[in-house]
Amino acid sequence: MTLETFSTWEGTVDDLKGLVTERAISGETMLLNMGPQHPSTHGVLRLILELEGEEIVNCIPDVGFLHTGIEKNMEYKTYEKSIVMTDRMDYLNPMGNNLVYCLAMEKLFELDVPMRAQIARVILAELTRLNSHLVWLGIHGLDLGVTSMMTYCFREREVLLDIFEMVSGQRMMSTYFRPGGLWRDLPEEFEDAVRFVLKTFPAKIDDYEKIMTHNAIFLDRTQGIGFITAEDAIAYGLSGPTLRASGVNWDIRKAQPYSSYERFEFDVPVGQHGDVYDRYLLRVEEMRQSLRIIEQGLNMLEPGPFRSNNRKYVPPPRSELGRSMEAVIHHFKLWTEGFRPPKGEVYVATESPRGELGCFLASDGGPNPLRVHFRTPSFANLSAANKLSQGYMIADLVAIIGSIDIVLGDVDR
Amino acid sequence: MVGIFEDLGFEAGLAAVLGNLVGVVVLATVFLLLPIFTIWVERKVAARFQNRIGPNRVGPYGILQSFPDVVKLLGKELILPRNVDKIPYLLSPIIMVAAVVLIVAVIPLAPTIIGTDLSIGALYFVSVGSLTTIAIVMAGWGSNNKYALLGAFRTVAQLISYEIPLVFSLLIPILLVGSLSMQTIVEFQDTYWIIFYVPTAAVIFLVSNIAEIGRAPFDLIEAESELIAGYMIEYSGMAFAMFYLAEFLHAFLVAVIFSVLFLGGWQGPLAQDVPVLGIAYLTIKSFIVYFAMLWVRMTLPRFRIDHLMAFNWKFLVPVSIVHVLVTAGIWSALPEPDLSGGWFARLGEEFPRMALNLVASVVIAVVSLRLLRQYAEQERQRLSEVTAMVEHKQYPLATTGQGAQSNVIVVGTGSGD
Repeated sequence: MTLETFSTWEGTVDDLKGLVTERAISGETMLLNMGPQHPSTHGVLRLILELEGEEIVNCIPDVGFLHTGIEKNMEYKTYEKSIVMTDRMDYLNPMGNNLVYCLAMEKLFELDVPMRAQIARVILAELTRLNSHLVWLGIHGLDLGVTSMMTYCFREREVLLDIFEMVSGQRMMSTYFRPGGLWRDLPEEFEDAVRFVLKTFPAKIDDYEKIMTHNAIFLDRTQGIGFITAEDAIAYGLSGPTLRASGVNWDIRKAQPYSSYERFEFDVPVGQHGDVYDRYLLRVEEMRQSLRIIEQGLNMLEPGPFRSNNRKYVPPPRSELGRSMEAVIHHFKLWTEGFRPPKGEVYVATESPRGELGCFLASDGGPNPLRVHFRTPSFANLSAANKLSQGYMIADLVAIIGSIDIVLGDVDR
Repeated sequence: MVGIFEDLGFEAGLAAVLGNLVGVVVLATVFLLLPIFTIWVERKVAARFQNRIGPNRVGPYGILQSFPDVVKLLGKELILPRNVDKIPYLLSPIIMVAAVVLIVAVIPLAPTIIGTDLSIGALYFVSVGSLTTIAIVMAGWGSNNKYALLGAFRTVAQLISYEIPLVFSLLIPILLVGSLSMQTIVEFQDTYWIIFYVPTAAVIFLVSNIAEIGRAPFDLIEAESELIAGYMIEYSGMAFAMFYLAEFLHAFLVAVIFSVLFLGGWQGPLAQDVPVLGIAYLTIKSFIVYFAMLWVRMTLPRFRIDHLMAFNWKFLVPVSIVHVLVTAGIWSALPEPDLSGGWFARLGEEFPRMALNLVASVVIAVVSLRLLRQYAEQERQRLSEVTAMVEHKQYPLATTGQGAQSNVIVVGTGSGD
């Protein structure tokens, strides 16, 4: 494909100027269109690569192929009805998305959350982190040619999805967290199911490490690849494991604890080389830490209310509807009009498996939010793709894109 | 076979031609149909490795799964994209399959069953097998696609480089036997299989052959996660199926050739007298080798092109050259044993030179692996130091609550061995 046909496909040559070097315009280097239909761009990411042989001169991410308009759509729905859409953003971290949106609402309404619900949220958020890291590990293996890794990881993920189904009725799009607590109480079987995970999981992580960590080919493919310094990582706004692998000790669960994370004891793994291998090691270690958190959470879990009692925002339980006229009115109001929170703006940040997942919520006092914006880690992390991949080869690009762990639903929203 | 045609009243010359023709058709057909079974084996074994079930719907244990697949591919249109170079584009699948099927000619299936016992059989295998390179380059260039072209680039580099350790490791059995004829090589392994003389050469041969056919971990030429399908990205329908057929057939034939050269081919109890047993032995051995190849395929990550070349030129080539020299030295220094006695007598007579070669081969392997490991550790150390300039930014952590101890684990501090 010549430059002319390339440019007629989308945009003009002028659009490319400034993005690629002059050598690409003159045809000295090759422009390669990678994606949006490509097996290892993790969905529908399009990358315009400027190549010299196999070496990457420039890598320009082009996003927007999975734009769903979720943020805009939320402005037309009542606060509580939008929770269901947050699941669809980062589909590997549905509970985490629910959590950040609920936390933002609770901060705006100044709504209390019972301790049982907070602990349950932490447990489920950490299970979601495990789920997300498992998918990441499997796909990372697949990208690097360890095809078996994916099926092993998805086997374990199945157990986690069963737990999500048990609590919420849905395997992935759970919509389980609601403002003020949880949709309903944790089922009785929940504790046994999670204890089973705690019992079996550490051995599985060891197994993954046996396949990957000390494999010479894997080391060759990941060590020193996609290297970024701490200064650059901060400058690019990276967060999560991608940032910590560069040696920056920044974990929002520690730095700005939310949802009772301050009561948990866990370690923050930090890398020292800032390469693909450190990001891999770091996420594997995070899985172990997540197990620690889950275990503490299970021990802390005590019977009690699972949702706030504030009738202004939280619908009354079914049992009250037959007895109390007031409850019927609340119920009717909440499910037709929704609630009217005070005017204001809030921003809440959480640590998603990919990094800082923040939610900005603005209210004008009406039943629908004025503006909802999500600061998603995938989007910010992807911005460093060019920096990370310059000078490496196409094969490395696959490893790098895998190591920053983007989810395109999270990038585009 | 020629006799039958003569009995039917054909002239001797014509009968010979017809008889050979029938032989060629039968042999080629059998081997061309073999992938139908090996694809099933591959899918089933891969599924077991990956904790899956694999094909299980069509026929018992899904053994007939390949038939509907082939029928589906037959029904697909062969899409001819605009701007392709038609001649290389359409010719390349044919050359690919033809080059692979040609290998069949020199495989000794049994003491009396062999396509043709060429006096240069081993050389023929190498030269015909590398014809696939030309087919891949034609496909990559003809497709007028950048991914296909990148795949073809990689192919040229990879296949031509790995030809060298392949030939050197092939030279070693030839040295031991003193002949290039495949049948003679098999007959030599009457007492000990060649793998017992030179296990290192056998491993090098297998590794460079896996690279030659482009299977994992050397599957860069069609690396799914990078180049999608590499050189065959534009192909559809039967043309695509022919590439697949060639790949699977080549993979299996490599296993067969390995068994012939290093595992005694058809040798086994009573194989001299009952040719069918020879075929059975060869099949069993080939499938064991094939299984080993699958095992590797399912476990290892993919190489990167420069690591692949480094592994070849800095490790396989020197080791195989040293191995050829050492084996040649030992072999010419030792006296020819008296091999006229019974089988057990020959076993005893042959033992000293077998043992000596074995020791030499193992020493070469151990020493070279040690050096490789040392080099790799040095490289990793160097790499680690280059990237360890990342300074630790200790940010003050807003820790509240009683349980919030902020321990920091630094990952990757252990030696990466």
